[in-house]
Amino acid sequence: MSLTARARRSSVPAEEPAIPQRGQGRSGYWLYLLPGFILLLVIVIVPLVWNVYLTFTSWKGVRSPEFIGAANWIKLIGDEAFWTSFLNSVWMVIAMVIVPTIVGLLVAALLFDVVGRKFGGKVGSFLRATYYLPQILPVAVAGIVIGWIVRPGSDGALNQVLGAVGIAPYDWLGQMPSALIVLMVVLVWVQIGYPVVVFMAALQRVDPELYEAAELDGANWYQRFTSITVSIIRPEIFVVTLTCTIAALKVFGPVYIITRGGPAGATLVPSYYAYQEFFTKRDVGYGATIATVLTILVVIVSVVFIRVQTSLERKERAGL
Amino acid sequence: MIKKRGVDWLLLALVVVGALLVLAPFYLVLVNSFKSPTDYATSGPLAFPQSLDFSGITKFWERVNFPEKVWNSVLISGVVSVLAVLISMLNAFAIGIGRVRGRTWIVLLFLLANLLPQEALLYPLYYMFKSVGLYDNVWSVIIIFTVVQAAFGTYLLSSVYRTVPKEVLEAASLDGAGRWKILWRVVFPITRPTLSVLLIFFFIWTWNEFLIPLTFLASNANQTVPVAISVLQGDRLMDVTTTSASALLGIIPTLIFFLIFQRTLTRGITAGAVK
Repeated sequence: MSLTARARRSSVPAEEPAIPQRGQGRSGYWLYLLPGFILLLVIVIVPLVWNVYLTFTSWKGVRSPEFIGAANWIKLIGDEAFWTSFLNSVWMVIAMVIVPTIVGLLVAALLFDVVGRKFGGKVGSFLRATYYLPQILPVAVAGIVIGWIVRPGSDGALNQVLGAVGIAPYDWLGQMPSALIVLMVVLVWVQIGYPVVVFMAALQRVDPELYEAAELDGANWYQRFTSITVSIIRPEIFVVTLTCTIAALKVFGPVYIITRGGPAGATLVPSYYAYQEFFTKRDVGYGATIATVLTILVVIVSVVFIRVQTSLERKERAGL
Repeated sequence: MIKKRGVDWLLLALVVVGALLVLAPFYLVLVNSFKSPTDYATSGPLAFPQSLDFSGITKFWERVNFPEKVWNSVLISGVVSVLAVLISMLNAFAIGIGRVRGRTWIVLLFLLANLLPQEALLYPLYYMFKSVGLYDNVWSVIIIFTVVQAAFGTYLLSSVYRTVPKEVLEAASLDGAGRWKILWRVVFPITRPTLSVLLIFFFIWTWNEFLIPLTFLASNANQTVPVAISVLQGDRLMDVTTTSASALLGIIPTLIFFLIFQRTLTRGITAGAVK
């Protein structure tokens, strides 16, 4: 290749397509985006806009929607079930984000710093796989498993075990707070493996000698945990927290399977509440309103997540 | 290996106890699926079965026509993962290699489409598919998840395609290859490892989906494994060991995926976390 060609190549700005242009312009690339765009338009954008429009209507799903202005939105403010559902989202965040992140941090640190280092990597990865196992389950199936254990009546597994020590059968799903606690147990169980795996992978960046040096200097396990482990995997903690928050806001399967929002609506979550309005009560406009509020919340968390992600990427690139 | 102190053994015990707690529900479902109802009543949920009894499993297997449900799930997840990878590739080619104008915003749009709660699309989609006659048809679910998964794939692959070495693309171009040819003969083979990870993830994610298949697949013959199992919960005919067997049948397929793809899965999760 001639010198001039090479010089020209290095002067090509990053904005240009990576394949040299010959005749056809950059616009030809839009053809590749076409199928993806059309599908996105039909399956996501149109329904999304339609759904927002429905929040201003009263509709039973047949004939045409009737425009009622902001009535659905006003109803929302005074609707106790709506506030309960979003309050329960806070509990879902505790079960899917806060507990798994804290426990995940401790387990990952223990597996990496103590188990992996002193008992061999094989023991460490075996235990990691164990913690991860529930993550692979469809969340609906995880709900069925835990739901089976707390099956009401004297033949439920948990009630049988308690019966052996003389405790009468308890209706776990028929009352609060046990119904909510059961839901939270499902989510913690399913979610716990995700932070463990992500944090352990992040810890690969740590030089094991750092721990040994700290240990020789007399740092105890807790000091090593806070000053080495947590500070190094801070980016992953952010990412795990935000992605799990998005997932926690969307929880549907376990509620549908285990409690159906009961007892008396006490375990409603936004997605299940919207589903009920759509298909049980046939108040589509109101269901759409609940779904829209949920969407706004998810988008806010997503934007925070994307900003964190891009700033991390930028830092990473600058570090290279 | 470094010297182990007493406290190390204690910490190990702590992690092991945690792991046993995580495993406990699996154990309960496993042992009780093979008990007869009388065995369960006499020996309780914790013990091993006194003799292997397959009646719960066969009863549920026949009740839901399990092979049919597995086939539905395989068909939906399989078609979705292939189509979604294909569309992700085309999108990422335009964004990562073609560097079309406004690409940052386009990637953002796709990512947001993936993160949206499905409830925000649910009723309009339900109405749309009903009016075109695809309601209660596996293709409605296939189309929706192709778009949802491809949205994530576009986000991930776009940044991967940006890193394809420019020299390789230029050399192919000098040899007279057009864009279409470069995509299939150069970019596709280079990025095949990433594509196969995406394919596996799309398959498992689609398999695990619940809300959309539940809404769109009304009749038993079209349902996926998680949906078919969950709609029978609370049914009067489901005694305690049959319910346990239903949970076991829900676990088994994903357990098989886990054993086959364990390495890809753990690598993929971490790659997805901090891309």
